[in-house]
Amino acid sequence: MKDQKERLRRTMMFVPGNNPAMVKDAGIFGADSIMFDLEDAVSMSEKDAARYLIYEALKTIDYGNSELVVRINGLDTPYYKSDIKAMVKAGVDVIRLPKVESAAMMEELEKLVAQAEEEFGIEVGTTNLMAAIESAKGVINAYEIAISSKRMIGIALSAEDYTTDMKTHRYPDGQELLYARNVILHAARAAGIAAFDTVFTNMDDEEGFYRETELIHQLGFDGKSLVNPRQVEMVNKVYEPTKKEILNAQGVIAAIAEAKRKGSGVISMNGQMVDRPVVLRAERVMRLATAANLVDEEGNYIEK
Amino acid sequence: MKNNVNREIPDEILKEKNYEVYTTDNFGTPLIQKVAPKLRATTGEEKVVDSLEDVVLKTVEDGMTVSFHHHFREGDYVFNKVMRIIIDHGFKNLTLAPSSLTNVMNDIVVEAIEKGVVTNITSSGMRGSLGDAVSHGALKNPVIFRSHGNRARAIETGAIKIDVAFLGVPNSDAMGNANGMDGATAFGSLGYALMDAQYAQTVVLVTDNIKPYPNTPASIKQTQVDYVVKVDAVGNPDKIGSGATRFTKDPKELKIAKTVNEVITHSEYFKDGFSFQTGSGGAALAVTRFLRQSMIDNQIKASFALGGITKPTIDLLEEGLVDKVMDVQDFDKGAAESMHQNKSQQEIDASWYADPANKGAMVDALDVVILSALEIDTKFNVNVMSGSDGVIRGAIGGHQDAATAKLTIISAPLVRGRIATIVPDVTTAVTPGDSIDVLVTEVGIAINPKRKDLLESLSKVPGVPVYTIEELQQMAQEKVGTPKPLEFNDRVVALIEYRDGSLIDVIKEVKD
Repeated sequence: MKDQKERLRRTMMFVPGNNPAMVKDAGIFGADSIMFDLEDAVSMSEKDAARYLIYEALKTIDYGNSELVVRINGLDTPYYKSDIKAMVKAGVDVIRLPKVESAAMMEELEKLVAQAEEEFGIEVGTTNLMAAIESAKGVINAYEIAISSKRMIGIALSAEDYTTDMKTHRYPDGQELLYARNVILHAARAAGIAAFDTVFTNMDDEEGFYRETELIHQLGFDGKSLVNPRQVEMVNKVYEPTKKEILNAQGVIAAIAEAKRKGSGVISMNGQMVDRPVVLRAERVMRLATAANLVDEEGNYIEK
Repeated sequence: MKNNVNREIPDEILKEKNYEVYTTDNFGTPLIQKVAPKLRATTGEEKVVDSLEDVVLKTVEDGMTVSFHHHFREGDYVFNKVMRIIIDHGFKNLTLAPSSLTNVMNDIVVEAIEKGVVTNITSSGMRGSLGDAVSHGALKNPVIFRSHGNRARAIETGAIKIDVAFLGVPNSDAMGNANGMDGATAFGSLGYALMDAQYAQTVVLVTDNIKPYPNTPASIKQTQVDYVVKVDAVGNPDKIGSGATRFTKDPKELKIAKTVNEVITHSEYFKDGFSFQTGSGGAALAVTRFLRQSMIDNQIKASFALGGITKPTIDLLEEGLVDKVMDVQDFDKGAAESMHQNKSQQEIDASWYADPANKGAMVDALDVVILSALEIDTKFNVNVMSGSDGVIRGAIGGHQDAATAKLTIISAPLVRGRIATIVPDVTTAVTPGDSIDVLVTEVGIAINPKRKDLLESLSKVPGVPVYTIEELQQMAQEKVGTPKPLEFNDRVVALIEYRDGSLIDVIKEVKD
């Protein structure tokens, strides 16, 4: 579980659950998380077919190190329970529930997931959960949603429904999302789980995509939901640590090793004491640097 | 007997047609005897003829070899006009020897085969209904597939003896001075047709654009030409080349292209003065774009780009990133139109481009080439000729020729739809694995174990995992399963020559 909570989640790539070609190739783009969609991307007449397709894909295709997420249909739909059973049985890493407005909705989901785990002989607690927040009510209740279950790995803002609920729409500068983004981010951080920003759908507006990604990176989001594989690389670029950050992180990590070697409880670097937050940040920088191929196997910075 | 890529070549084919089996991709330095055409001397007053029919009747006889070029590609009118006349006049037992056959020629070739007008074909390739007909045994004698360089070799050495060449050109003067780069139907380089112009016994130019004498620059010269026929139109400009070449948005193709670029830039060949050929395949244009950025970032310039040329390559020339473009054909309008403006865009004939039986060809100096594949097997042998159903649907093009480059990269997805691209054994061996160095797929690369130097230099490229080709083949198989083996009849419908004229494989009639 610890590993689950600390892994990198820069990119959560949406894949329509009814598109075999995209499902087959979803693993090749290096997304940290792949989110197969059984909900909005799939029309009513294809709900069952998509569920079977994703079930089989999860059972047979090797997606490497990507975290596998499935967005199931909402609580108020006739597909909800079947989706849960099939995805738990397939051994998905994370079930994402859309349109979450309260902790009760997640508790209901957890109960059904636990039942499914028992039914299929899977250790109870294996399947992780996350919530998509898509309304004013969801934003207001973000913290109770974030702490609703030990299985929670993250919460995500879904801006299309949210802006509609707020009687506005999306603007290029994202001012309309400032409150929701900050509330969701705080709730996630307070709960110790990941925070995902919403999708950016205009593939022709590269500049706008970078602007938005830089903003959410600055705010502190773990990453972003994506609609196109080409965006994976763009997000990763924004999340790349600088050479200075990497060298500094290496110093911190060396200092930790040094302190360990000496059996000292106090870590110091260049005569200064290194606080725990600095250690955590250094560890995250090194994870990002490794993921971005900026350091070699021994952790040395690779000059470009 | 089995050849060096483990293909069973029927003994009777070897004996009847006097073939050797393929043994090596090293051509060596044999003595070569070239042939020369016989000609009727003339001062040329009566070269211009209004009736294509008259010229056909005057020049063609039963049993002859007639040739065409495919530079008009899907916009070609000349092939169909000439073949219509030939069929309607009931000629028999002709050998068709075009540089290649495009889809627009299929119907009339099938008709000519059915009526016994055409009984032999040699070509770079064929597709669609024609490939289907041949694969089902429509033609009496096996088709001979030759690469562009090998066609040049075969023409020069007399293995292909062209009696009459019908060459469509977008301009010509009354004496036959012509080029491919001006006029409404300009296609750029005349590269493949230059062989026919030089070696055919009779050369007939077909044009819709008679220019004042003397017409320059002249790629085909009046000294080579017997007749100039004026027709209404030689081609459809909209279908000659693709229009503005669009950069692929397919994320998988982009991923492959990016990895190809990583392989190139991490190889020892990526240095100032290097040379490359990218071709026209799906990922090729994207490779050109990534390569451009890497050249700028590393301040590296190429001495030449080779082969079939596209606009993005011309852009590199105009930006000063490439010194010369050595151009045997142009795939799009942008490349075709720039030819008469860029004196560094050199038209080259197929012999200069790729002929092994030569005093040096451009491909001999080529550092890096990116080629595609319908299939590649665990011995790195490549098939660009037959589909997963065993039916002929491709062309050798310059594949075998350019594959002799110092770094030959095959870019191909693991699977296409439900069909594996990486297989235990290719359906048809066209280019031998010995000349292939690296396979690039969307999941990673495989390096020919023969290239220990590349295993070393490419093993630690960030974000480019190296697998064995067997591992990649396994991954493909896990995705799509194992297909039922194809079934063929014993009858041979096509011969695949290697570029030295030996037999690398045969294609058999498909069993339905």
